[in-house]
Amino acid sequence: MRVGFLMLCHDGLDRAAQVAGYWADRGCPVVIHVDRRVSREAYDTLVAALEGRHNIRFSERFRCEWGRWSLVAATLAAARVMIDEFPTASHVFLASGSCLPLRHISQLRAYLAERPGVNFIESVTTEDVPWTKGGLDHERFALRFPFSWKRQRKLFDLSVRLQRRLGYRRRIPKGLVPHMGSQWWCLTRGTLQAILDHPRRAEFDRFFKGVWIPDESYFQSLVRLCTDRVESRSLTLAKFDYQGKPHIFYDDHLQLLRRSDCFVARKIWPRADRLYATFLSDRTATESRAEPNPGKIDRIFSKAIERRTRGRAGLYMTGRFPRVQTDAGRTCARYVVFEGFGDLFEDFPAWAARTTGLRAHGHLFGPERAEFADGQSVFSGALSDSATLRDYNAVAFLTNLIWNTRGERQSFLYGPRDTVAAGDFFPYDLNADVFAITGAWAIPLYLSGRPVIEIRKQAAELQRIEGKHLDHLRSRWAKARVHVWTLADFIESPVEPLQTMIDEIGNKAGLRLTEAPRMRDLTGFGQFLQDLRNEGMQPWLVGDLRTGDSAPDRPARPKPYAVR
Amino acid sequence: MSAFKAIRLGLRRRRWYYRAIRKRRDLTRVKQRTRKIRPGDTLVMSTLRNERIRLPFFLAYYRGIGVDHFLFVDNGSTDGSAEYLAGQPDCSVWRTEASYRRSRFGVDWLNWLGRRYCCGHWVLCVDVDEFFVYPFCDTRPLRALTDWLDATEIRSFGAMLLDMYPKGDLAQAAYSEGQNPIEIASWFDAGNYTISRNWDYSSLWIQGGPRARVFFADRPKLAPALNKVPLVKWRRGVVFASSTHMLLPRGLNLVFDDQGGEKACGVLLHAKFLDVFAGRADEEAARAEHYGEGREYKAYADRMAERPQFWCKWSERYINWRQLEILGLMSKGNWA
Repeated sequence: MRVGFLMLCHDGLDRAAQVAGYWADRGCPVVIHVDRRVSREAYDTLVAALEGRHNIRFSERFRCEWGRWSLVAATLAAARVMIDEFPTASHVFLASGSCLPLRHISQLRAYLAERPGVNFIESVTTEDVPWTKGGLDHERFALRFPFSWKRQRKLFDLSVRLQRRLGYRRRIPKGLVPHMGSQWWCLTRGTLQAILDHPRRAEFDRFFKGVWIPDESYFQSLVRLCTDRVESRSLTLAKFDYQGKPHIFYDDHLQLLRRSDCFVARKIWPRADRLYATFLSDRTATESRAEPNPGKIDRIFSKAIERRTRGRAGLYMTGRFPRVQTDAGRTCARYVVFEGFGDLFEDFPAWAARTTGLRAHGHLFGPERAEFADGQSVFSGALSDSATLRDYNAVAFLTNLIWNTRGERQSFLYGPRDTVAAGDFFPYDLNADVFAITGAWAIPLYLSGRPVIEIRKQAAELQRIEGKHLDHLRSRWAKARVHVWTLADFIESPVEPLQTMIDEIGNKAGLRLTEAPRMRDLTGFGQFLQDLRNEGMQPWLVGDLRTGDSAPDRPARPKPYAVR
Repeated sequence: MSAFKAIRLGLRRRRWYYRAIRKRRDLTRVKQRTRKIRPGDTLVMSTLRNERIRLPFFLAYYRGIGVDHFLFVDNGSTDGSAEYLAGQPDCSVWRTEASYRRSRFGVDWLNWLGRRYCCGHWVLCVDVDEFFVYPFCDTRPLRALTDWLDATEIRSFGAMLLDMYPKGDLAQAAYSEGQNPIEIASWFDAGNYTISRNWDYSSLWIQGGPRARVFFADRPKLAPALNKVPLVKWRRGVVFASSTHMLLPRGLNLVFDDQGGEKACGVLLHAKFLDVFAGRADEEAARAEHYGEGREYKAYADRMAERPQFWCKWSERYINWRQLEILGLMSKGNWA
């Protein structure tokens, strides 16, 4: 049992030398390929650093470009050297210059010895891989790629589009089923030799020279022709971000890497001194036979990808400012808006807080100041109650408030006197529960006791604003859960709507309405409405409120339009 | 953006570029060690005036995260700042008596130094009261970040200016040389920032924080901008457009994602509000060399007599970058 390593290096050669020396000193033959683009001096330094080790060879140098055949050519050349010069190597492990062994070589040997003849290479048919970059999977094999993806992106895309349009398809060699998988593998000597000496290799090479990213498909496809003992996974821990770039490991990943029980990790930051020092020292080689278990690392990196692509909903900051207001995106947590309740009931927020357990604010968007719960002048996140500051960006004020108080459900009162911009926003927010009593703005006007003739204009303005706001609430794009009652309907039987409300809010399960909020004294309100009508202003949002309650001597229901 | 606007922006960039070259005549060399700059080094550029007391900790902080060389423009200090910096082995210092305002608040000088000495390097442009905090800054040096940015082909890195303030009266927050100012000014506003988009420059316009809350509550539009792009891979033709808030070409300002994702970004802890500041506000208001005729300083000077308090019961105390990440002031993005 002897594992030989092929190393493909293009930068960080000092680290590559360290790792190659580590493997060579523990009896593993190493063949190193250094990218042609690396300068002569750097190459000589590497050779000098590894001088005197009899089991290290350097293979012919190719100019490697990402996604191109040159990478496979380099691997093939190195593999040929390995097979020819080290007849004792029973397994061949493909690694890169920025790989780092995480477990002692004896453990790898034991692991392979327990599974004789098994080839560890991720090899999946093109139908089954979800991770291909640029939407190309089968087309990697079927199209031609005359342009570099890195340097000539536009031409690359153009040529792909053109070929799709023309329906161009390359002929895939008979018998070859395209497979893809991680570039890093560990094959048995027999399998590798079979691939190198395959009678149709010239034909395959010709085909793969035109394939895009052949390093992820050449060995992965050919291995299927040469052996049936394929364990389709890589022994190298390599994670990729959403752009297909490898994730990099740093010193602070030390414990994670240690516990992962993987054999080799890629890619390591060249200056991660602690990682190199720890894993390249001969720790007491424990007899660990554990299976590689990169679960925790997987989770961390998939979380990172999710953060980068989806982000934290409802957060607006230096690195996240969504342009398209997506379903989930506007705010980060559910909240409740009470419209008109503050006008109809006395001290409604206190009641809401008591019965539903919400953090109940007053008129957050009130014209004088933001009425935070408990009369605070500054609130969570150091939000100021200044109306000017708030109205400068009312939407940000609301999203900030909801973000700052995540974990505690908020509610606030809203009405046509308040900042309009907020009312244009929350109807389209999935997180809003809106309960609205229309026409309730008339109550404070009535209670003000001012003569109707003075109030009339103001009432018309409030009604206009509320009407517009209702259009938003009833828009077919609205996403909030909306309940609307007219004032008349609500006063007729307040208990039922209140119970619906409590059930809908559902902050505490199975709540029964035990205590109703105290309604303001509305004696004479009906007459007030009639007076408004008499002045020529029709309060239609109030609904059909019987006006007879305070003026029994009048006819029970005057015709609403007869006044003029 | 219309072609017309794009062309105008391109012309503006060129104008500022050549203006920076012209403004190099303002600068007199005090001590130049730029030969020490090696390929791949990370650099800091800064303009300062009478900040001697802050310098030792500033240098220590940035040396600590792995900055290799500092480039300073001393704008007429009288407290020995330039001499102190000239004595440091990793600092290059230029001096000028020219107007801060007429160099577009020091930006022309920085643009020149960037063009002359920083091409191909990652450059951090900060004031001496700004401390750069980035994801994993407690375990990874700045070089890890810039290497990662290079690997993912990102050319600039955004950070929000986070105003730090002490609890209680500013004048009582006595700062002594060499001390970490965040120990005194350790509080900040966690969530009262407003953002809007500046389409012309592809950047975000962030305002808010304690300065808006205390000094600009009645005219929030004038509150200082807090968005910055302090870390940039310099190449020929890059210019700072207005202070270090915005760059041209404007693609460098795209440090945010507008499709819902989070890009990695950091925070600049702004330790301006110490006892040293209380004395400076009057002076700067009179000098009127700062943005908008020192409007900001005037607002401070006017209010300073009332001994305003920044601190409130909802202020957060700074712990570390992870706290800022959880609060949503910065993000790791897909750097893990």
